[in-house]
Amino acid sequence: MPFVTADSQRDSYDVIVVGSGAAGGQSAYTLAMEGAKVLMLEAGRHYDPATETPMFKTPDQAPLAGTSTPDKPFGFYDATIDGGWEVPGEPYVRASEDDAGRFEWWRARMLGGRTNHWGRIALRYGPYDFKPHTRDGLGLDWPVGYPDIAPYYDKVELLIGVYGSNAGLENTPDSPAGCLLPPPRPLVSDLLIAQRARRLGIPAIPGHRAVLTRALDAHVNPARLHPHNATARRILAADMRSRAACLWATPCGRGCSIRANYQSTTVHLPPALASGNLDITTDAMVYEVTLGRDGRASGVSFVDRSTRRQRQARARVVILAASACESVRLLMNSRSVAFPQGLANSSGRLGRYLMDTVGSSVSGQVPLLESLPPLNEDAADGMQLYTPWWLYREQRAGKLGFARGYHVEFGGGKRMPGHGTGAELEWLTGGSYGARFKEDVRRYYGSFVNFDGRGEMIPNEQSYCEIDPQVKDKWGIPVLRFHWGWSQHERRQAAHMQKTFVDIIGAMGGRTREPAQTDGAKAIAPGGSIIHEVGGAVMGAAARSSVTNAWCQTWDVPNLFVTDGAVFASNADKNPTLTIMALAWRAADHILERMRRREL
Amino acid sequence: MDRRTTIKWVLAASAAWPLLEVRTGTVPVPATPGYGTDPRLTRDYRPGELWPLTFTPGQRRLAAALADLIIPADPRSPAASAVGVVDFIDEWVSAPYPRSRRDRSVVLEGLAWLDAESSRRFGREFAALAATEQTRICDDICAPARAAAAHRAAARFFARFRDLTAGAFYSTGAGRKDLGYIGNVPLTHFDGPPAALLAKLNLS
Repeated sequence: MPFVTADSQRDSYDVIVVGSGAAGGQSAYTLAMEGAKVLMLEAGRHYDPATETPMFKTPDQAPLAGTSTPDKPFGFYDATIDGGWEVPGEPYVRASEDDAGRFEWWRARMLGGRTNHWGRIALRYGPYDFKPHTRDGLGLDWPVGYPDIAPYYDKVELLIGVYGSNAGLENTPDSPAGCLLPPPRPLVSDLLIAQRARRLGIPAIPGHRAVLTRALDAHVNPARLHPHNATARRILAADMRSRAACLWATPCGRGCSIRANYQSTTVHLPPALASGNLDITTDAMVYEVTLGRDGRASGVSFVDRSTRRQRQARARVVILAASACESVRLLMNSRSVAFPQGLANSSGRLGRYLMDTVGSSVSGQVPLLESLPPLNEDAADGMQLYTPWWLYREQRAGKLGFARGYHVEFGGGKRMPGHGTGAELEWLTGGSYGARFKEDVRRYYGSFVNFDGRGEMIPNEQSYCEIDPQVKDKWGIPVLRFHWGWSQHERRQAAHMQKTFVDIIGAMGGRTREPAQTDGAKAIAPGGSIIHEVGGAVMGAAARSSVTNAWCQTWDVPNLFVTDGAVFASNADKNPTLTIMALAWRAADHILERMRRREL
Repeated sequence: MDRRTTIKWVLAASAAWPLLEVRTGTVPVPATPGYGTDPRLTRDYRPGELWPLTFTPGQRRLAAALADLIIPADPRSPAASAVGVVDFIDEWVSAPYPRSRRDRSVVLEGLAWLDAESSRRFGREFAALAATEQTRICDDICAPARAAAAHRAAARFFARFRDLTAGAFYSTGAGRKDLGYIGNVPLTHFDGPPAALLAKLNLS
């Protein structure tokens, strides 16, 4: 059953899933729970959150107080293993190194992939987000609409556990009763931000994150998810009962040994393994989808990292869920006489329309938050409240100069002190040291607020990836070369973020060290740095202009599917993970149905 | 390089102080690997365990004196050097990562400058000065924005050293207690801020 090596795999499976993160985890879960025999191949090593998560560790227990290094870009305790914007031995190429044209590619080589460290922000796309071209003539429409995906958002929320509330705001969908867990109480800083933002006409509502603010209902949820499958209900109920509710401490980005938040390794894989239908091989670097004489995918080839040998696995269906760019790379490297430009690329659109999220940040200091009494503000580790995009009307009227929206992730509070505490306070203290410095640090601790804008990028012709003609990784696999460019829509949006955040801080009676950055090109974070890269194998209504159809099925190879972010036809401001899971579940349902009809 | 040699070198180079900014790498950098991309996260680490430390006994003494001038003991918490801040800064400037390598030059050259300046003004090394004498030097360099042109590089060193000292101090249990941090403990439920506080802040 569970973890197998290249030698102990079955001769053939129903489905091979390449990747074990949000898309791979969801694909494997849905298929295995419904009886399909699944082989999951993960390039990185096995990872056990129960024993490897540094719960409750303090910075003084880590090297360099746990700060970021090139080995651990999000800090020592971040869950990521063998990952980052650079992975040793696995290079990629940037066509441009300047800020405007730079793309940085984050990868994690571990079971569960990036889901182990992600921010757990789980926002639904709204109806507008699937039909952006219809609304404003820019970008691409999806071949599906919100009503197609909504039932799958419901399922994912019921399975993984998402807190939030229904605010009834434009293009910010409500969830049906029972789908959401109660949102956590806001902090003092959250409430002050919300109060002052509202005075500026800016809403602030409970956030949506995949954190169990209370245990999932192990009676109701499995019955809603698997109404016709008693075995799946039993397995899922047992698993849900073993997930604890949040204990309101220790950062989510480290992972969670009590399984109180979503990561593929704590939510998708345990029940899928318990079904007996999922085999997982780690350290399996897939480099090619193999084709049969009938033009259908016959399986995949991979490098067994432990022996460095090339191996094969076979299945009736192949699902690529390796992360947007990695899946694109795999297809491009699967060239043949029939597909000289890469597999499933008869449209020539493979690698095109790469998108990330527009990011810009401002922090400020707020006198009203100084010298508050001791408070435990670890809370849910962020996004108790947030601001969804609110200027739809102004945008429609053409008043903003950019076509798409952003949401605001904000926060403050008395977070665990660490290496940044007391640092760079000269602008407030005038350079104090000694007894006065200690008093200053006490005064300012917990008085800072930060605002991160997360905005929609419109797909464009300059942002794409292709195979570099020369460079190969340590396994000999050709690597990607990235091309990147923002349009005025993104640059202006980033400048708008800056002004908004400085205005809110001003409305709080606070101050920022620097004025708002009015130059959008300087305000915008480099491509890839927000780690929401999607696109590259976009879904569409026509085979000539897209790589997959509405079911994540490649137009060219009927038993080959892509269920990760590569299929996104737009990259709304909402963080992509929840939508990746919803699409993967829907694709897996479709595969099951087609397999039952013996069409696959 | 021992401290005496360092002082000589710094005195010789004092006219060229601004060069310090661009000539990083004038202090030798040891070639050691970092902790890699898959370190064990659940165990504790101590300075010196992952890569060799740098400070000489003299540099340790000097770093302790300066760190304690920045964070002295008071009724609420101990002085910086009492909770391992010097070990931390030594670990930091000895680490094989880019930011540490930049700081290595800044800190080692800055410490040398501090002793040289002490010798020039008061005839003794910094750690041996009276508190008022130490303060007279530090008042000249504690605020980069106000520092005289001749002291600008030293002020940049002081700002960096203060950040490292504070970062190390507030990362410890003593630092968390000093700031009244009461989190990082498991709770069965999270109640949010007390109503009385919210009422006082008009946030009810």
